[in-house]
Amino acid sequence: MTEAEYYQRDRGRHPPARDEGYKTSVARSPNYPLISLENSVSEITGPVFGHGDIDPLDRDLLKNYAKHGESPIGERIIVHGRVRDENARPVPNTLVEIWQANAGGRYRHKKDTYLAPIDPNFGGCGRTLTDADGYFYFRTVKPGAYPWRNGINDWRPAHIHVSVFGHAWTQRLITQMYFEGDPLIATCPIVNTIRDKAAIGQLIAPLDRNASIPLDSLAYRFDIVLRGRRATLFENRLEGN
Amino acid sequence: MTRTLDDLQETPSQTAGPYVHIGLAPGAAGFDIYERELGHDIAGPNAAGERIRIEGIVMDGTGSPVKDVLLEAWQANAAGVYAHPESPGAVEGGFRGWGRVITDFETGEWGFDTVKPGPVAGRNGTVQAPHINLWIVARGINLGLNTRLYFDDEAEANAADPVLTLIEWERRRATLIATRSERGGTPVYRFDITLQGGAETVFFDI
Ligand SMILES: [Fe+3]
Repeated sequence: MTEAEYYQRDRGRHPPARDEGYKTSVARSPNYPLISLENSVSEITGPVFGHGDIDPLDRDLLKNYAKHGESPIGERIIVHGRVRDENARPVPNTLVEIWQANAGGRYRHKKDTYLAPIDPNFGGCGRTLTDADGYFYFRTVKPGAYPWRNGINDWRPAHIHVSVFGHAWTQRLITQMYFEGDPLIATCPIVNTIRDKAAIGQLIAPLDRNASIPLDSLAYRFDIVLRGRRATLFENRLEGN
Repeated sequence: MTRTLDDLQETPSQTAGPYVHIGLAPGAAGFDIYERELGHDIAGPNAAGERIRIEGIVMDGTGSPVKDVLLEAWQANAAGVYAHPESPGAVEGGFRGWGRVITDFETGEWGFDTVKPGPVAGRNGTVQAPHINLWIVARGINLGLNTRLYFDDEAEANAADPVLTLIEWERRRATLIATRSERGGTPVYRFDITLQGGAETVFFDI
């Protein structure tokens, strides 16, 4: 099958650039409308990564920064899922990168000054490639909620930041994963930049009892969907590449 | 909106937040974790073409530099080939054409070294002027912004570029054109990005 353009992004399911409830967005959002482009070779291509780029240990946040024989403090969890496109096809061999606060809600970052302590055994980042079925997994600790300066009593729900490439520049995406049952989700100004409740639901990872490892780790399931692609019917073929 | 087809729907975006460096550029966050950080070397040592440097700043709607931005660059090699199976042709060994750049936390200045890309095929037999595709994320940016950098010493190619000429406001086309100067024998292109206001950079829905 020859393939043509990627589906146009349904921007109604994404947050608008400007959202008064998320104050920082007000001065960082374009005023003019975006110029819509038809896909060219510049958009349907994108960086390719391989196993030479990363280390198998990179996906294990319990170990990738811990001193030998030690572990980070916190609830041990597995985060796993599949990357598929809107046509429900797996996206194999794509780079998934994550970053998060430690169990106390503190980031290992020189700009984070929250009261909660740094965990000497926790870095807070991981990366992996999806397999042939688009499947990926990480081991980590459940991140803590943390306060941030927006409203004076705004708190982020527990979350993991997720970056995915897909196979084309058009599919590039950064998002955040939340945890089922977290009462802070409903009042989070960043979550609520998304107007569509069903779209928010896509970011809330359910507890996955069947994937939990008895006497070791709970699991949460986070499936990711990237933009799909039209199959070509002869004359609409993407020309010139 | 009613969806009557059973297609899946794209996962919605969320801001990369202020700590994006931890995940994507941990060295800049202040720690050393991966053996190889990705995106430092765009062109690799074997790439043909002119070695250039690109520099700029990202400004917000108040004219202040955005100091916690992360940019990704995606470009063809000097022959106009992308390092991807759907781009016909081959690239030099080590040429990736992709890079990741962060700003200086104090000044907001960013820069990267690469080779100047060649013209690439456009749709329907057109030719696109040499350009670098840029993707910008930061705290306060809810969905990554796409733009393109073109070169001011490619005036003729720029005038025929199918994307630049699509921009109805001719004065705004200039926001996509980097200006060349020289420093110590190396060409340096300046490309300042304005997120909001009258001088706002053109951003694309790709
Ligand atoms: Fe965060």
